[in-house]
Amino acid sequence: MTALTLSNVSKSFGTVEVLKNINIDVEEGEFVVFVGPSGCGKSTLLRTIAGLDDVSSGEVLIDNKKVNRTPPSKRGIAMVFQSYALYPHLNVRNNMTLALKQAKESKDVIEQRLAEASRMLSLEDYLDRYPSELSGGQRQRVAIGRAIVRHPKLFLFDEPLSNLDAALRMNTRLEIANLHQTLGATMIYVTHDQTEAMTLADKIVVLRDGRVEQVGSPMELYNNPANQFVAGFLGSPGMNFLPATLLQDGNPNTLGVRPEDLFFDDNGPLEITTQHVEHLGGDTNVIGTCQGQPITLRLFGQQAATVGAVARVSIAQDRSYFFSPDGSRIR
Amino acid sequence: MNTARSNPINAALMHGALILYTLIALFPVFVILINSFKSRKKIFREPLALPDAESFSLVGYQTVMKQGDFILYFQNSFIVTVGSLTLILLFGAMAAFALSEYRFRGNMLMGLYLALGIMIPIRIGTVAILEMMVATGLVNTLWALILVYTAQGLPLAVFILSEFMRQVSDDLKNAGRIDGLSEYAIFFKLVLPLVRPAMATVAVFNMIPIWNDLWFPLILAPAEETKTLTLGSQVFIGQFVTDWNAVLSALSMAILPVLVLYVIFSRQLIRGITSGAVK
Repeated sequence: MTALTLSNVSKSFGTVEVLKNINIDVEEGEFVVFVGPSGCGKSTLLRTIAGLDDVSSGEVLIDNKKVNRTPPSKRGIAMVFQSYALYPHLNVRNNMTLALKQAKESKDVIEQRLAEASRMLSLEDYLDRYPSELSGGQRQRVAIGRAIVRHPKLFLFDEPLSNLDAALRMNTRLEIANLHQTLGATMIYVTHDQTEAMTLADKIVVLRDGRVEQVGSPMELYNNPANQFVAGFLGSPGMNFLPATLLQDGNPNTLGVRPEDLFFDDNGPLEITTQHVEHLGGDTNVIGTCQGQPITLRLFGQQAATVGAVARVSIAQDRSYFFSPDGSRIR
Repeated sequence: MNTARSNPINAALMHGALILYTLIALFPVFVILINSFKSRKKIFREPLALPDAESFSLVGYQTVMKQGDFILYFQNSFIVTVGSLTLILLFGAMAAFALSEYRFRGNMLMGLYLALGIMIPIRIGTVAILEMMVATGLVNTLWALILVYTAQGLPLAVFILSEFMRQVSDDLKNAGRIDGLSEYAIFFKLVLPLVRPAMATVAVFNMIPIWNDLWFPLILAPAEETKTLTLGSQVFIGQFVTDWNAVLSALSMAILPVLVLYVIFSRQLIRGITSGAVK
């Protein structure tokens, strides 16, 4: 069943068009990640789903019901904000139960939902504390708990991890993934971090300048990008883009190769000059130039490489992509 | 504290300057207080001497209590000040919320129009105000004063509060909307508590001029039953003879309530409740 449908959604602020004709279907139980560089409209898109912004044209359907004119609280959604947005003057218990009280749920239901959510997030010991007495990670859990107690049809996450430090971010990422499995709920998650997108998503929606560039599972997008933008956005280190003339005289297109698909080979077609070597332990990244263009190789394991050395490089078979000058993929 | 900034000489200079300022600011108050307890002769002979057994006298306070209805004047001043402050804060905050929160046509212009009042002294319109009050039959009522002071205080209140309200996190208000709070609940339950320090600032700024004002009580409400404290004290100041004991005693007593109000509001200035809301 379809949990959310966006059809031809556009949104403009004055003369600036932020969202252009967006069509997305989200199935029930799916984890969908909106990803894109800052300013691509992903947060605005989430806000239009939440009902915090009105769409300029098009339709938003939640559970196959048109909700264009429904206020946020009646849409059956819950949202987790980047800044947590906890009510500073309420303790954790009241923060989490405010929405249920507003919806006039019975005391028993409220108690039971609160107990369930706080057990799930190990917040039982903090229920009487105020937000200012909690650490960043705990605040984020309270914010998530505030969403869970409502049993929403749709969870909306707006860059929930960007205020956390690296270690906590990874833990919370796993917690969110677990939560998705436990609850089986439909979740929409906005981020600019492609790692979060790749690790969490069932389906990734790549946005740029208010347009959907490509929709698909993480591996589909990684292995089969529709255009140069998607190819360059997903993957870390990013895909190398080189003039195709390096392989073939007179070819005006761009050659794209993932760093892990390059390897040293004395008979290889490309000649690179090593400029920098990153030893990561598990991997070694070799950064160099190839006829003036920057190029990155990702070699498995610990490899010796000398800065300044000139070597020849090959591309793994069938692992090169070609993009026309306008950025579209040539298959 | 940073050790570079806490060297003893700097600290001494800083405290010295602050203490000096405090002394200068408190000196007139101190002189009024000590002289209110002295006999008339001693006030003029040794104005800076502390009252001793010989010069001590409560005659000023006795005169004030006997002549005129000072309890009523107190009450009038109090009603006018608290009433005006309540209206200024309520309407000022509501207007500020609308200006900072909602996009609508002419938002900018409306903000400028409301701020214009800061630059134009309301006393220029005294004659028109008096005519209006006569026409509406509000002359010699406390409402006349409350309305005028509210009008006088609103521009600055709107200006300061809308700046502060712009800083309240949008996420917080949106979280409230998603949780089903009405716009009124968001205003009263989320935004107002967060701008409490600004509200206190506005209250203190407005309170003292209202409490001390002589102009409007003299013109709009000079009747015995609506006299404010400042106006009431004027009976002791004559063209040829002034009862200084009574004037000083009345002024000393007038300081107290305003001090109490100030303490109440300045406690609100303490920040800290906002921490932990966002980030």
